[in-house]
Amino acid sequence: MSCQIDIDGLVKRFGDNTVLNGIDLCLQPGERVAIIGPSGTGKSTLLRCLNYLDRPDEGRITVGDLTVDATTAQKSDILALRRRTGFVFQNYALFANKTARDNIMEGLTTVRGWSKSKAQARADEILSQIGLGDRGNSYPAAMSGGQQQRVGIGRAMALDADLLLFDEPTSALDPEWVGEVLDLIRRIADGRQTMLIVTHEMQFAREIADRIVFMEGGRIVEQGPPDQIFGNAQDDRTRAFLRRVG
Amino acid sequence: MRGLDTAYMLDLIPVIASYVPLTLFMAIVAMIAGLALAIVMAVIRVIRVPWLHRVVAVFISFFRGTPLLVQLFLFYFGLPQLVPALNNLDGVTAAIIGLTLHFSAYMAESIRGAIIGVDRSQWEAAQSIGMTQKQVLTRIILPQASRTAAPTLMNYFIDMIKGTSLAFTLGVTEMMGAAQKEASSTFLYPEAFLVVAVFYWIIVEVLSVGQRQLETRLGKAVSR
Ligand SMILES: Nc1ncnc2c1ncn2[C@@H]1O[C@H](COP(=O)(O)OP(=O)(O)OP(=O)(O)O)[C@@H](O)[C@H]1O
Ligand SMILES: [Mg+2]
Repeated sequence: MSCQIDIDGLVKRFGDNTVLNGIDLCLQPGERVAIIGPSGTGKSTLLRCLNYLDRPDEGRITVGDLTVDATTAQKSDILALRRRTGFVFQNYALFANKTARDNIMEGLTTVRGWSKSKAQARADEILSQIGLGDRGNSYPAAMSGGQQQRVGIGRAMALDADLLLFDEPTSALDPEWVGEVLDLIRRIADGRQTMLIVTHEMQFAREIADRIVFMEGGRIVEQGPPDQIFGNAQDDRTRAFLRRVG
Repeated sequence: MRGLDTAYMLDLIPVIASYVPLTLFMAIVAMIAGLALAIVMAVIRVIRVPWLHRVVAVFISFFRGTPLLVQLFLFYFGLPQLVPALNNLDGVTAAIIGLTLHFSAYMAESIRGAIIGVDRSQWEAAQSIGMTQKQVLTRIILPQASRTAAPTLMNYFIDMIKGTSLAFTLGVTEMMGAAQKEASSTFLYPEAFLVVAVFYWIIVEVLSVGQRQLETRLGKAVSR
């Protein structure tokens, strides 16, 4: 069994507070994994460490043929890792000084070194995939939350990343926009894009994920196929959590 | 009490006007150099470049903490005695250097404030797609910070234009120096200084109109 993504012994501390307590996780190519768990458990921190937005204190992250070790990681390793992992933020975090199209193009031109015309063509392709073919020239401030988040997803897609990371992509949205964003993520999932998604939408997790990971207290408590976790969880903590949210 | 010699004032207009280019030249060169220096210093402070950020902090503190006139005298009359190579420093150059350093300190502080004001999520989003720190700064953070800082920077440019009048104390004949020369030969002080005051006023007003137009344009591109 070969992992496309291999997370090995990831530890993250904020001062005395150990937020990730040795996380091990292996993702097969095309595998879609949903992370659930109580608030403050380290779910966001795990995703942020995978993108080195927070630098882990220990552990190795392997994406394809690239392995980055927290104790030795150099700037160039971190940049290489980030180019292989796209991040979708809870609050969209679109570049405020750039139009929707430029948000998507930025990674292509600045990071991947594509020519402007090639990047523009690709950005327009992505814009129509995310259903915003006519909003390319809009600035984030002029778009709805749902539209902004779809651009946020498009920006991450443009990297052609090996792994897409979604941190509660719909929880900052007004209810009316949640559906369109979930639809888009579902379509990306259908394309067998390897992804890790932190979500409070249990129904959605059950529907799109190949595997559910339940975290608590900086550890993975239990994981398995959705039917097993939602229907027949083994650990008391998992069952207690699912009772609370469901 | 006597009335103003308006005929003399009209005669003065072309004389003072011929020095407007020099005043603008000094202000524009000092503004461009000062702005470049200010951006560099602001970035050094924000990303806390080891030890350099301390040097910059002292620099800013000194140039904000001492009067511009003292700084100009220090450059023009003081430094050449210590550094003989500066003996050929002419008044215009000394004034430009003084204005540049003085205003760069103020501008660095307002640019730093504007950079810090850019939401942290903008840094993270840019880093997440693999941009280098330099790319994050030049492509995402500074463009946003410059919108916030623009009105304040424009005000410093206006102060800078008025500040060029101090160059006359270094023996430079610019607008103020020309007025002073005229007045001391004709003894018509109110006329000469009134004309030069109106010149500064008009220049600043023209700029203020431009400033307001710039702000509405920038505001339209991104309203946050
Ligand atoms: N930058 C930081 N500095 C200090 N402590 C932090 C920082 N970021 C997160 N933490 C702490 O780490 C712990 C885990 O936070 P994290 O955001 O990863 O939880 P989460 O599982 O994503 O929670 P939620 O479901 O509420 O989003 C929390 O106790 C939080 O206070
Ligand atoms: Mg979180």
